[in-house]
Amino acid sequence: MAEFFQMGGYAAFVWPSYALCALVLWLNWYLPRKQHEKELRLLRRRRKAEKR
Amino acid sequence: MFLWFHKLGSPPHFYRIAGKWIPWLSGIFLALLVAGLYGGLILAPTDYQQGESYRIIFVHVPAAWMSLFVYVVMAFCGVVIIVWRMKLAEVVLISSAPIGASFTFLALVTGSLWGKPMWGTYWVWDARLTSELILLFLYLGVIGLHNAIEDKRVAARAVAILALVGVVNIPIIHYSVEWWHSLHQGASLSKFDKPSMPPSMYVPILLMALAFQFYYALALFHKCRAELLRRERNSKWVEEL
Repeated sequence: MAEFFQMGGYAAFVWPSYALCALVLWLNWYLPRKQHEKELRLLRRRRKAEKR
Repeated sequence: MFLWFHKLGSPPHFYRIAGKWIPWLSGIFLALLVAGLYGGLILAPTDYQQGESYRIIFVHVPAAWMSLFVYVVMAFCGVVIIVWRMKLAEVVLISSAPIGASFTFLALVTGSLWGKPMWGTYWVWDARLTSELILLFLYLGVIGLHNAIEDKRVAARAVAILALVGVVNIPIIHYSVEWWHSLHQGASLSKFDKPSMPPSMYVPILLMALAFQFYYALALFHKCRAELLRRERNSKWVEEL
């Protein structure tokens, strides 16, 4: 197991690559979802305001 | 066929379809990702020259491929925008830009993390690396130009032209390792030649590449849905949501 994480001495290059990949994929998934929810919230608030 | 295309091009229809597809795309992406990572990090043997450092390839090559693919999608949208002024193409183009920029950035950084132990340097001004860096600037240019123009319909046309002009860079990136002497190694996989590596190495690359394709569709759909709502805030279909 430890051997796997050492990556034959290249751990300092291999793991940051994978970590950055995970971060980039997560951001491009998370940010649009947040933006989408914000739009929906805005829409609901506006609808409420119109009812009054 | 034309009718189907026309229907898909309507914002409310696309919004609904994209919402329906997202769970499926997520599932397929995760399955391919797990298979690709398992194949790449656990099953694939150590490279006889590069040792374990070559395992960066399983994120580097798919990211680099996607950086080109997303740009071609954007250029295609550019044609559709200029010729037919299709709204959905505008949304797809601008929603693709940050995703493409991310893949390009990822390809550049993972490449330089691979270059350090193998070439002895993080960066060289070589044809492949420089043209890929220009691709990043093109993506950033598209995003910046779009943000700079207030009227989004006008912005879309400007961005469409930039995307089209920039597409000349794509074959340059692709052939750079053949046209110029480059420190970068040649193509890992090509359609015509026998692969330069055993299946235990290239199958995980293909799995990861496929995973990234599904990821692109997934991220694009999320982004398009948000973008559509923002643009069509005042239209009837959004009111009825």
